[in-house]
Amino acid sequence: MSENTEELNVANEERQGRREFLKNVCVSSLAGLVAASSSAEASVDASNPDADVTVAEFFQGHFLLMSDEEKQQAIARLEKRYSAKYGKKTTVSNTPAPEGVLFGYALDIGKCIGCRRCVHACVKENNQSRHDPEVQWIQVMKIPKGNIAFSAAQLDKGYPEKSEFGDYGIQVGGNAYKAAGVSTEEAQIYYQDAQVPEKDFFYMPVQCQQCEKPPCVKACPVRATFRDPAGVVLIDYNWCIGCRMCQLACPYEARHFNWGEPNLPAEEMNPKTHYFGNRPRMRGVMEKCTFCVQRTREGRDPACVEACPVGARKFGNLLDPDSDVRKILATKRVFRFKEEFHTYPKFFYYIG
Amino acid sequence: MKTALSFAMDFGSYAIKGGAKYYAWLLFLGFFILVGSYTAYRQLADGLILTGATDQVTMESFFANFIFTAHIAAAAILVVAPGYLYHRKDMKELAVLGEIVAMVFVATGITFILFHMGRPERLWHMFPGIGFMNFPNSMLSFDTIVLNVYLLLNIIGVVYILYKKYTGTFHDKEMSRWFTAIVFLAIAWGPLIHIVTAFVLASSARMLPWDTAVLPFAFLTMAGASGCALISMLFLIIRKTTKLVIGDPVIDLLTTIIAWSLGLLMLVIIAEMFTVLYSGTEHAASMEFSMFGHNGLNMYVPWFWGIMAALAVSFVALFFRRVRKSYDLWLPLVSVVVFMAILLEKPMILVFPAFSPSPLGEYTEYHVSLIEFFNILFVWALGFLFLTLMLKGAIGILTGEVRHDKSSASS
Repeated sequence: MSENTEELNVANEERQGRREFLKNVCVSSLAGLVAASSSAEASVDASNPDADVTVAEFFQGHFLLMSDEEKQQAIARLEKRYSAKYGKKTTVSNTPAPEGVLFGYALDIGKCIGCRRCVHACVKENNQSRHDPEVQWIQVMKIPKGNIAFSAAQLDKGYPEKSEFGDYGIQVGGNAYKAAGVSTEEAQIYYQDAQVPEKDFFYMPVQCQQCEKPPCVKACPVRATFRDPAGVVLIDYNWCIGCRMCQLACPYEARHFNWGEPNLPAEEMNPKTHYFGNRPRMRGVMEKCTFCVQRTREGRDPACVEACPVGARKFGNLLDPDSDVRKILATKRVFRFKEEFHTYPKFFYYIG
Repeated sequence: MKTALSFAMDFGSYAIKGGAKYYAWLLFLGFFILVGSYTAYRQLADGLILTGATDQVTMESFFANFIFTAHIAAAAILVVAPGYLYHRKDMKELAVLGEIVAMVFVATGITFILFHMGRPERLWHMFPGIGFMNFPNSMLSFDTIVLNVYLLLNIIGVVYILYKKYTGTFHDKEMSRWFTAIVFLAIAWGPLIHIVTAFVLASSARMLPWDTAVLPFAFLTMAGASGCALISMLFLIIRKTTKLVIGDPVIDLLTTIIAWSLGLLMLVIIAEMFTVLYSGTEHAASMEFSMFGHNGLNMYVPWFWGIMAALAVSFVALFFRRVRKSYDLWLPLVSVVVFMAILLEKPMILVFPAFSPSPLGEYTEYHVSLIEFFNILFVWALGFLFLTLMLKGAIGILTGEVRHDKSSASS
C-alpha cells in the first residue's frame, strides 16, 4: 500500500516537474515575445527578474470577468511591477463602487477664474504622463464675453451690400458670424495669460461628463470601457486594444490616448492607486477622467474639487437630496454641455 | 494530398519566374518592404507617437488607407458579378482574377488596421470565447466580422477555381452547388463590407462630416471608380505582357463602370455640399475648412479643389471614344488619375479635415511623419507583392501553362 502511494507521489512529482518545465519554456519564450513588442515592460524585466509577471499580465482577461482569486493575483502582479519600477511601495486598490450612489458633478462657470489649478491637481493625482506630452484630463475653454462681439462699424455692412440696383435690405447682418455665450466657436484652450481671469472672458472647464448614455462605451469593440454601478465610465487599461473608436465617439474631447510610453518620473508618482483609476498606464491605451475613482470610492472628493480656490466645483451623490449637487440642481439654473447629443451627462454647469 | 502539394509547388515556381522587368518590379517592391520592416519595427517598439496622429486628429493615414483598400476589395466583385449574374462568358473566365484582387486588398486592409491599433498584440481580446466582442453594439465588431468573412469567401473561391483548373476538372456546367453559393455570397458581400465600413465612420455622432446618410453611397461609387480603375490597369498590363486573352469588351465594361461611378460620385458630393452649405450650420464648418481653410490654416484647400477637378475631368474625358479606346495611352492615364485622386481623397478630404473643428472648437492640420509614410508604403508594397505573385500564378493556370501532369504524379 505504502509502496503504491510512494509510486503515485513519484509519478505526480514527475508530472509536475514536466509541467513546470513546459510552463517555464512557454513563459520564457513568450516573455521574449512580449518584451520585444514592448520596450517599457522590457525595462521592468531588467529590474525584476520575474519575467512571468509581464506574460501573466499579457494573458489576463477582462478584470470584471475575473474570479476574486484572479483579481487578487492581477493586483499583486501590478503592485509588484509598479513598486519595482517606481521604487516605492505602490498599492492598487480594488474598492468596489459604493451601493445606492450615483455620482454627479456641478460646476459654476460664473465663479471659475480659469486658473487651471484643477488641471494640475488632476495630473498630479492621476499619474498622467508629465512631458512629451503632458496628458491633461481637464481642458479649460477661455470664451470671449458676448459684449465684445458686436461693433457699430458693421451696422450697415453685410450681405447683400448696397448696390446700384437699389437697396433691398440686408439678409445677413454685418454682426453675424460672431459667437456669444457658451460656444466653442471662439473658445481658446491653450491660453497662456500672466494673470487670470482676463477681463473680457469667462472660463468653462470640460472633462469627462460621465454620461448616462455614453457613446464611447457603445463604440468600444471589446468592452474595455464601461459604466460602473455608481455611474462613472471607467477603462480597464489592460484590456484596451487602442483602436480609438471611443475617442472618435466622444463629443467632449474627454478621452486621451497614450500615443507613446507615458513619461511619469518616479518622484512624482502617486503610489496610492486604483485598478480602474490612477494606476500608471502603458503605451497605446486610452485614459480619461474617472471622477478620481481611487478617492470617491472611499468617500473622498475628487482632486479637482479640493484644488478649486473659488469653490466652483461641487461633487456628490445625485440620489441624496441633501448633497450639494442635488441642492444646486434644485435651486440653480443648470445646463448640460452639448445636450443635443443626447448623452445625458451627470456633469452639470450652472451660473451661480 | 500529393496533387495539392504539386499544385502549390507548380503555382509557386511559376509565380516567381519572369523576365527582367518582372524581377525589376519585385525588387522595387522589395526595397519598400526592406525599409518598411525597419520603420514598422520602430512603430511597434515606440508606439503611434511616431505617426502624425494626435488627440485632435486621432485617425491616422493607416485608417484612411484602410478605407481605400476596402474600396478596391469591394469593387473587385464587379469583375465576378457580370460573369455569374449576367452569364458573360469572357468575364466569367476572368472572375478568379477579381477574387484575387478582393482577397489581397482585404488582407492589406486588415494589415493597415494592425498598424492603426495602439496595442496590436491584444487583438485576441476581440475573439469571442477567449476575449469579448462587443456585438452587436460596436460597429467595429461588425466590420471585423464582415471583413474576415469576405477574406475567407475569396480565399475559398480563388483556391477552388485555381485548383480545379489546375487538375483540369473545372467544368462550368457541373460546378459544385456549394461553390455557386459561395460565389453568390461573395458577390453580395462585396458591397456589404463597404456599407459596414461606412457605418463605422457614420456611427460617431460627433464627427459631423461623417454623420451623413450619403456616406455608404459615396463609398460605393468611389469603390466603383477606383477599384475598376486599378483592375482596368491590371488587365491592360496583363494582356500586354502575358498570353492571357482579355478582350476589348471587358476593358470597355470596366471603363463604363468607372465613368458612371464617377458621375454618381459627383452627384453624391454635390448633394452633400448643398445640404451642409446652404443652411450653413455647424455641419458646414468642416466642409468650409476643406474648401477655404480657416484663419490661415489652409493645407487641405489645394487638395480639395485639385481632387475635385481630377474627378470631374476624368468623368468628362471618359465621354470621348478616343480616350476610351486608347488602350495604350489615354485610358491607362485616366485610370491612374482616378485611382490616385480617390486614394489621396481618403486622408486629405475624408479623414483629416473631418476632425476640424474638434468638439472644443480646435482646428488642426495633420502632417504625416516619415515613419508613418514608409509604413504605408510597406503595407502597399506587401499588398502589391502578394497581388503580383497571385496574379502571375493564376495566369499560368488560366493560360494552361501550369497544369497537373498526371503521368508524373502517378509515378
